[in-house]
Amino acid sequence: MTDNWKPAASLETLKIRARVLQSIRAFFAARDVLEVETPILSKSAITDPQLESFKTQFNQSDYYLHTSPEFYMKRLLASGSGDVFQIARVFRIDEQGRNHNPEFSMLEWYRLGLDHHALMDEMEGLIKNIFSEKQENIIFERISYQQAFQNKLGIDPLESNAQQLEKCTRDNNISIPQGMDIDDKDMWLDWLMIMSIGPSFSKNGFTFLYDYPASQAALAKLSEHDSRIAHRFELFAGELEIANGFYELTDAEEQAARFMNENKLREQRGQKVMPIDLNLLKALKAGMPECSGVAIGLDRLLMVLTGAEHIRDVITFETGD
Amino acid sequence: MASYSTNEFKGGLKLLLDGDPCSIIENELVKPGKGQAFNRVKLRNFKTGRVLEKTFKSGESVEAADVVDVDMEFSYNDGEFWYFMDPNTFEQVAAPDSALVESGKWIKAQELCTVTLWDGVPLVVTPPNFVELAVAETDPGLKGDTAQGGTKPATLESGAVVKVPLFIEIGEVLKVDTRSGEYVSRVKD
Repeated sequence: MTDNWKPAASLETLKIRARVLQSIRAFFAARDVLEVETPILSKSAITDPQLESFKTQFNQSDYYLHTSPEFYMKRLLASGSGDVFQIARVFRIDEQGRNHNPEFSMLEWYRLGLDHHALMDEMEGLIKNIFSEKQENIIFERISYQQAFQNKLGIDPLESNAQQLEKCTRDNNISIPQGMDIDDKDMWLDWLMIMSIGPSFSKNGFTFLYDYPASQAALAKLSEHDSRIAHRFELFAGELEIANGFYELTDAEEQAARFMNENKLREQRGQKVMPIDLNLLKALKAGMPECSGVAIGLDRLLMVLTGAEHIRDVITFETGD
Repeated sequence: MASYSTNEFKGGLKLLLDGDPCSIIENELVKPGKGQAFNRVKLRNFKTGRVLEKTFKSGESVEAADVVDVDMEFSYNDGEFWYFMDPNTFEQVAAPDSALVESGKWIKAQELCTVTLWDGVPLVVTPPNFVELAVAETDPGLKGDTAQGGTKPATLESGAVVKVPLFIEIGEVLKVDTRSGEYVSRVKD
């Protein structure tokens, strides 16, 4: 008999986890950010080809489990909720491993009138709060996507094409994965990000990487001054991705075009086309205030806080156990 | 031909890479939040014994290696091959020295081992986690060197040399952990 029925995390870690949740709620309460809960089940789903939603049925209709609470929260913003935050359990298919569990906890919040840099400032404050019991000096760095590639690889990620990125990969003696799509520029950027840029980030600190290429905008606004970049950012602890945020796209038509483009990509890759969230588009059309938003993977943040090597060390039970 | 998709990858899965059978030691999904996912895989090549790292775009398929583990009894070694017999079917296979680099020194006749066969040919022989072997040679009694932490070397009947407590004598049967190569206990009759 094994002890499989027992929790994955230690009681000590679960107590730290509870304290972190309390400190997050106190942080937002002090700033008048409203805690909300939104539906996990939805008739529409994310179209991002890199994400797969769990599907279920109800009343002869397909329903999907959310991969993030973003769409419902944006409907709240458009309805005049003001600043909101949520601690939600989210679900993604095909992800289980050292840094992944199919369901995980996400802290997501939106701040009206802030751009992505102002939101990064607030994230620093939140994380410093959470880490205050560690009594260590936490270091935050900020670098643009373009600058990071130029510093580490001497290549401009905005101007180079797939062939130049492939050459850069070979020139830097980085292995090339089986199945690489030679002509897919973003795939090369992702690979260099994983193999070279991420590992170059400060090991014991946090790094904000901001202003991603427009082709990887997701739900971010494009820069007014440089259409090659989108105001998307990510936060890394060492090379571990902790958060993804946007200076949010508020243009309904642009959003609709991105959804349809992603669905087209899904079709080309043989993935199922997903039902687009028309209510979100209506909300954007009605008018969503200028804002920035971010989602932090809470389990990963706890891994960093406790020094855990595996996500199972910070959650009560692993999926399937 | 059978194949596995990267989302079926897990420790112990047997794949055919560049014509060589390999076993997955560790599979890690690396995935930028909004980007392409990749699998970073550590494998052991059964033919060379080497550990290699390979990366795949997630969703790729890789040919499965027709590798099976069979429990077989060791019969004898004729100096060139090690002969094993399936106790159920009485089928015999001959394993070359290369399949017993790690395990040869732990096994004696009738020992039940796990033989990993690739298209019917033995690739690797794994001894049981614990074996019981008699001491063939060791310094007598307690005369050992205390500077070595109260242990002395003993050569076992299968050829392995292990560190044993000073009181162990020639002819005694010991229980040994083949994974760590460490003495566990004496076996009482």
